[in-house]
Amino acid sequence: MSSPASTPSRRRGSKRGRGSNPSTPQDARSPASQKRRTDDSTSTGELQPMPTSPPADMQSPGGPDALFSSPPQFQHSAIPLDFDISSPLTYGTPSSRVEGTPRSGVRGTPVRQRPDLGSVRKARQVDLHSDGPAEDMTTEQSLGQKLVIWGTDVNVASCKEKFQRFLQRFIDPVRKEDEDIGLDLNEPRYMQRLEEINMIGEPFLNVNCDHLRSFDENLYRQLIRYPQEVIPTFDMAANEIFFDRYPDSILEHQIQVRPYNALKTRNMRNLNPEDIDQLITISGMIIRSSQLIPEMQEAFFKCQVCAFTTRVEIDRGRIAEPSVCKNCNTVHSMALIHNRSMFSDKQMVKLQESPEDMPLGQTPHTVVLFAHNDLVDKVQPGDRVNVTGIYRAVPIRVNPRVSSVKSVYKTHIDVIHYRKTDSKRLHGVDEEAEQKIFTEERVGMLKELSKKIDIYDRLSSALAPSIYEHEDIKKGILLQLCGGSRKDFTHTGRGNFRAEINILLCGDPGTSKSQLLKYVYNLVPRGQYTSGRGSSAVGLTAYVMKDPETRQLVLQTGALVLSDNGICCIDEFDKMNESTRSVLHEVMEQQTLSIAKAGIICQLNARTSILAAANPIESQWNPKKTTIENIQLPHTLLSRFDLIFLMLDPRDEAYDRRLARHLISLYYQTEEKMEEEYMDMAVLRDYIAYARSYVNPRLSEEAGQTLIEAYVDMRKIGSGRGMVSAYPRQLESLIRLAEAHAKVRFSEKVETIDVEEAKRLHREALKQSATDPRTGIVDISILTTGMSATARKRREELAQALRKLIQSKGKTPALKYQQLFDDLRAQSDTAVTKEMFEEALRALADDDFLTVTGKTVRLL
Amino acid sequence: MPCVADWLNNPFSIVQGIFAQNVPNSDWEKKVTEYFKEKLKENNATNWVPSLNDVPVHYLKPNSLVKFRCMVQDMFDPEFYMGVYETVDPNTNARVLHFGKYRDVAECGPQQEIDLNSSQTVTSERQTFYCVPVPGESAWVKEISFLTEPVLSRVSPSTSYTPSRHKRSYEEDEDMDLHPSKQKEQHTGNCSSGGDIHGCVEPKRLETEASAGHHLISPNCSPPLDLNFPLPGEKGPACLVKVYESWDSFKVNDVLEVYGILSVDPVLSIVNSEERDSSTLNPVESMDTAEEQRVHSPPASLVPRIHVILAQKLQHINPLLPACLNEEESKTFVSNFMSELSPVRAELLGFLTHALLGDSLAAEYLILHLISTVYARRDVLPLGKFTVNLSGCPRNNIFTEHIYRIIQQLVPASYRLQMTIENMNHSRFIPHKDYTANRLVSGVLQLASNTSLVVDETQLEQGQLDTKGVHNVTALGNLITWQKVDYDFSYHQMEFPCNINVLITSEGRSLLPSDCQVHLQPQLIPPNMEEYMSSLLTAVLPSVLNKFRIYLSLLRLLDYSISEEVTKAVEEDFVEMRKNDPESVTADDLHRTLLVARFLSLSVGQTTLSRERWLRARQLEALRKARLQQQKCVNGNEL
Repeated sequence: MSSPASTPSRRRGSKRGRGSNPSTPQDARSPASQKRRTDDSTSTGELQPMPTSPPADMQSPGGPDALFSSPPQFQHSAIPLDFDISSPLTYGTPSSRVEGTPRSGVRGTPVRQRPDLGSVRKARQVDLHSDGPAEDMTTEQSLGQKLVIWGTDVNVASCKEKFQRFLQRFIDPVRKEDEDIGLDLNEPRYMQRLEEINMIGEPFLNVNCDHLRSFDENLYRQLIRYPQEVIPTFDMAANEIFFDRYPDSILEHQIQVRPYNALKTRNMRNLNPEDIDQLITISGMIIRSSQLIPEMQEAFFKCQVCAFTTRVEIDRGRIAEPSVCKNCNTVHSMALIHNRSMFSDKQMVKLQESPEDMPLGQTPHTVVLFAHNDLVDKVQPGDRVNVTGIYRAVPIRVNPRVSSVKSVYKTHIDVIHYRKTDSKRLHGVDEEAEQKIFTEERVGMLKELSKKIDIYDRLSSALAPSIYEHEDIKKGILLQLCGGSRKDFTHTGRGNFRAEINILLCGDPGTSKSQLLKYVYNLVPRGQYTSGRGSSAVGLTAYVMKDPETRQLVLQTGALVLSDNGICCIDEFDKMNESTRSVLHEVMEQQTLSIAKAGIICQLNARTSILAAANPIESQWNPKKTTIENIQLPHTLLSRFDLIFLMLDPRDEAYDRRLARHLISLYYQTEEKMEEEYMDMAVLRDYIAYARSYVNPRLSEEAGQTLIEAYVDMRKIGSGRGMVSAYPRQLESLIRLAEAHAKVRFSEKVETIDVEEAKRLHREALKQSATDPRTGIVDISILTTGMSATARKRREELAQALRKLIQSKGKTPALKYQQLFDDLRAQSDTAVTKEMFEEALRALADDDFLTVTGKTVRLL
Repeated sequence: MPCVADWLNNPFSIVQGIFAQNVPNSDWEKKVTEYFKEKLKENNATNWVPSLNDVPVHYLKPNSLVKFRCMVQDMFDPEFYMGVYETVDPNTNARVLHFGKYRDVAECGPQQEIDLNSSQTVTSERQTFYCVPVPGESAWVKEISFLTEPVLSRVSPSTSYTPSRHKRSYEEDEDMDLHPSKQKEQHTGNCSSGGDIHGCVEPKRLETEASAGHHLISPNCSPPLDLNFPLPGEKGPACLVKVYESWDSFKVNDVLEVYGILSVDPVLSIVNSEERDSSTLNPVESMDTAEEQRVHSPPASLVPRIHVILAQKLQHINPLLPACLNEEESKTFVSNFMSELSPVRAELLGFLTHALLGDSLAAEYLILHLISTVYARRDVLPLGKFTVNLSGCPRNNIFTEHIYRIIQQLVPASYRLQMTIENMNHSRFIPHKDYTANRLVSGVLQLASNTSLVVDETQLEQGQLDTKGVHNVTALGNLITWQKVDYDFSYHQMEFPCNINVLITSEGRSLLPSDCQVHLQPQLIPPNMEEYMSSLLTAVLPSVLNKFRIYLSLLRLLDYSISEEVTKAVEEDFVEMRKNDPESVTADDLHRTLLVARFLSLSVGQTTLSRERWLRARQLEALRKARLQQQKCVNGNEL
């Protein structure tokens, strides 16, 4: 078929499914590979041993021998194919695709071509790998004349066999992913997947590259390097197994294997020319998606004269219209029949790197993705996704009539697999995606650090070093950053236990509360910072928006949902309006957010810790009042905070002196010293991230005992005065704090010291916030009921006194309000304010003793 | 022998030479940069290089070496290009290697073809920055940097002024001859596409440019290309700067001086139209929207490309100072200037006192403000910012306008922001990402470091701020408090630290936060403000004015420290103050006094804090506070 002279270049081209015409080499659209295929083009001599199938095979693509043949284009070399077919069996020719290849096992299930692998086969590869696979090739060849795909070290047969073995044998040793639900862990994972395909009829097999790597390192390497060749082989393997098992299964088309989670690249910024034509996985955010582009794959022509029909494959984006009818030889009689031509769906999507990956002071990079067929419209702008695909580079032609070429390539990624990262918030926890990967040394360093005795103090003082003192508050925040252990009591009906610690800071203005919040927000990766005054309930939770372009309803998430697994810092908490604050109730205890609006009803996870700051109502903290009175927050909300700290301006000389010294040091430290501090911040960040995700302490026996004692003690304090001073909520807080402290130590067990510290901190915070200013006694009921026990008692007494007063007046049905007030004041030995009087009236009204109407009080 | 003209006028010949010598190995790239680095080090060689800031693009020879002082406004995606490629002559089969570095278009001879499948091809990566001239750059900076360039630099391109114009238009003619159909299409087609702009501008260009210099946009083209300057009314060339190495070290808003090869190849613009034509057939190449192409490959005549050979970040843009202060030469310059510092300071103080209607305290604070700079950040807290709120300004346009005019004369870059309701609600403060065009649309707050921003609050009337207005004011507030601007990326925000000196002029206390409020107490009210102010400026000798400029730029760059004993003394002082008056003296006061002390010491050239300066700082603070107190009383009485 091909003349010997053109063999080298044709072969090379055909591997790409291109069949490039040797007479116009300049037409080849792609940057040449520098190394990988070097041997091909430079010496034709080497080509000779290159095993190709005998020509006879070419005519029988269904023949099993053809598995080992070189690409199928040989049979069609006159017509350039436009889809990449490394294995003839899976993809066949355009006609076989339509008719369906009658093949044993596959049973007529139509093959669907994969434009994701080959739509841009014009692209020859750009590759900078210096260590070409040449030696692999020769070794494999020497080992008994095995066939490999041109230019690669991939042997179709062995690759297929290996992958089949992987599918049949691979058992996931560690179950991590949420999508595993319903799979038997002891059975081969992917066989169960195939079963699922049989049942559901969705012919896509997602393969985690990590699994493949742990199973067969070499196969993984091949997949990463030559995805274009290896994935079709995988398809073939999967289909064979599938149709062996379920011969009667009816699928829309043959199974396509979709690898994901390739470890090659994680960050868009690291993409470089070496990644071209390799399988990569990058994460980012979708910023724009185009309309659907119908891409013509095959044009259908009909002769106007004799009705002879013919099909023409797309070639480099162009259709070569046949000028002469082959049947009747009429010139220019062929007309394109649109609705019999083949189109495939295609969509252009822009991916922007995620904000976390960006270095400070630079703008985010973007990359173009092409989604094909059913991946079209799988993602919406705003989605966070992990994309697995093949990185491509195409040169830009300045002008077909001018030979100069713009020396820049256009790059894009052909998408093979999308994995949304934020949709998981709707499901359970996906630790895998969240977990930051640390290098060995880093882990070693962190562990070393954790062994230091004073690690707790060290870390807490490294936290916001510019803010002076407030050690306990910093400790509290440190514990908050680490969080407690997550416990699941779903099976006992309790649901998830809150592991997040909430902290409220209140205090005088100008005591660097905001600064502390800002610092925390900068420290944690998933932090959100809002101001109470500027945020609405909608901004905090989520809102439904009609996308102007797609006219779809889109759920836009607010600060609380965005900080899932992070910290939501809310400044000016007291200035938040009532309705906004009310949404916090659910978030702060149940850690979920229920939304029911505009036809969208859902529950989002909002496992966020809340760090709030509030100013006292009178702008200056009034030490004569309780916390509740000072900040005027509903006690239902206050009791949801594990720790409430007061940040007051201490007025003592030693403090001033230390403060002054600290501030002065800020004013002459040089840039280098600051750098050191920054280093610390990075370490701190890693330390916390590590503690958060890798350490999961459980309560030890004795720690449990200590906690019980502590709780009982707390209850006892109150019972002496006939009131409840601790509630189960306080016990839960204690447990969380103790766990967080154990996390700080990288300890898998919560021990007594953790409980002791939790107790101390809790007491410290209580002492500040729950001290009854009238009695000086720590009184938890200030926080739980909003009133101290003494205040309640006094109200009761006053009400009784009032009742007596009224009763002593005899049978008067109505009393003047002011008169009564004056009488009561005259009678009482303590000062009675109007509020107190009204409260007493209300208490009596509740007892159905009297009613108040306007300025008169009526007895009932 | 390569003479001056060679590396200046035809750098490609140099690169080609080095490339040819070293071709098998890849260190030719390093050698090229080394060669040019050496060349530019030679005595005043940098001055020989024509600057894009001063010379209009069309007077510069294409493919010659130019320099450009600019700010990075946006960063585009990195691009892969052919570092080395091979051409084949189809007739003789002769193969030639070429380099693609520093080029937009892979060139080859008329008879040659590029072999895209060659094994010799090396793919490399480069990064494109969209650069604009430093926003708010004062006229005197432009003037002086233009004048300091020796005649020759202007002559060498200017010898080609006329001929080059001829030559270029000839080239273009030729170009048009090549695609006559194309040209016609462009003229008949609508004007919306980027290529069309090029087409429309082309015939008009010569007259427009000849008359208006920088003003390049032709009025008959319906949507003129937005060159994306941060400040409204800016002029000057925007430039696509292609960086080949260590582009990670540059950040958005950095001020750079780049030396590189100018590329204004008209082919670049044709690329666009061509692509659009084929886009119907080949969707692969139409992956960018028309909008995006307009922005990312604008006509080279409007936005020239510079292929960077050397790039350096600038500490300052004051042409009166040596660019780098660490060199030996500049050290002598600094020490010379330091010796005559105190008379300069006294003169400057006098000058500013006059400008502030005889208020010497306000003038003192103004000096401190002008030499302040964020020298470090302690976690989130920026240190060294000193935002002054000059309250009590007379409520007429003329005063603040003249204050701004004076500041403009003193600092290298400045901008006056009129805080009117109209301005707040309608102008773009925060840069935002335009995803359709895939670029960062600039805003007023995208400014280079050490730019003076004068916020004129006297203009503010009662009225309603809309959502945008509130956002703008919040952004301005954040800028003042945290010295950072949150750029709007629509799905998220990104924080960009900045270092901007904000001076707020207002009648009463400003609604914006500030570090220090100084109430103006005019000692004299000139009957004619206009006249008074303009005479003030004309009265200053240019040489004195230059000294002021050096003074303000230089002191900003000095280091500073506090000795142990002064620390002790300050500590004592603070404790004492707190003891006497715990209510009114807070940590904030100490912060402020320390700041004042820092800048006060620096303003007299002392790099350590002395006891006297500390006391003086306290005294200034006390004076300032007393004034505020007094003001409060007055207001109270009035009410």
